[in-house]
Amino acid sequence: MPPAPRTTGNPHDGTPRNPARCPPPATRARFRGGPEVTLADAVFGLLGVVCLGSAVLVVTTRNVIHAALWLVVCFGALAGCYLVLTAEFVAWVQVLIYIGAIVVLMLFGAMLTRAPIGRAQELDSHNRPVAALAGLATGGVLLVLVVAAFKGAYVDVHHTAVGDGKVIGTSLFRFFVLPFELASVLLLAALVGAVVLTRRDGGR
Amino acid sequence: MHLSLALAVSALLFGIGVYGLLARRNAIAVLMAVELMLNAANLDLVAFDAWWRDQLHAGQSFALFVVVIAAAEVGVGLAIVLAVFRLRETVAVDSLTELADRDPVRAGGDVDAADEVAVGQ
Repeated sequence: MPPAPRTTGNPHDGTPRNPARCPPPATRARFRGGPEVTLADAVFGLLGVVCLGSAVLVVTTRNVIHAALWLVVCFGALAGCYLVLTAEFVAWVQVLIYIGAIVVLMLFGAMLTRAPIGRAQELDSHNRPVAALAGLATGGVLLVLVVAAFKGAYVDVHHTAVGDGKVIGTSLFRFFVLPFELASVLLLAALVGAVVLTRRDGGR
Repeated sequence: MHLSLALAVSALLFGIGVYGLLARRNAIAVLMAVELMLNAANLDLVAFDAWWRDQLHAGQSFALFVVVIAAAEVGVGLAIVLAVFRLRETVAVDSLTELADRDPVRAGGDVDAADEVAVGQ
């Protein structure tokens, strides 16, 4: 008796996989509504609330130093959002570059410009109502637009290739080498420009 | 997870950034609001990357490029802010009105008063 050939269908009756009853997860997840609320939804929602709340505090607090520290909370929550979206490398870059470098640079700037370490009444300009209107209009239009456009779109985070260092490194150095090298030139130009701008010998 | 959840967070974050950009007076706080807007764009890029399951991972790569450009922007921006502070002793963006196309005497009023407050700090 020859050994049974390896089947990909139902092992009980030998029938092949019925594509109508069991579509591949890609099409099922992308074009249908998907399940209602998963754990990823809940975690992302919580992180999003933390991120938005701390972002509101960044733009409303009366203290520049506090604003920078709330920016840390906001970026940390965003790094968690990237982790939920399987962008592992981007999440660590967010922590290292944004929280580790950019916010520290902001704190340096705030202290070098002798920002008042306390409540400062003049941190906000006089056009706050107009700014609130513009912000609400921008955020509202974008929100309505993207939610209406991508209603029911579903990210299947369980069947996505995790964007770890190997995957992103392969992508960067195989397909995006030229932009990567241009980014290094840009950083060098920014470095030289910052040094020239802050030189103290009268800009000779 | 639902894509619209990520897009909603991104849109609201961008709106908050627009508000901060227009409402803040301190140049450092304005730079922070710009960072919020850049991060909203980053969240969109990463969310669409996960949604498309892009084989090139273009969204995540572009997010990394946005981070690089944000770092360069903050470096140059802070250098400009420090240079302005050294010249004018203030970082209030609405008191730097030398390039504004308006009558400085008529528009003076509260701008000059606010300028003195900022200088007195």
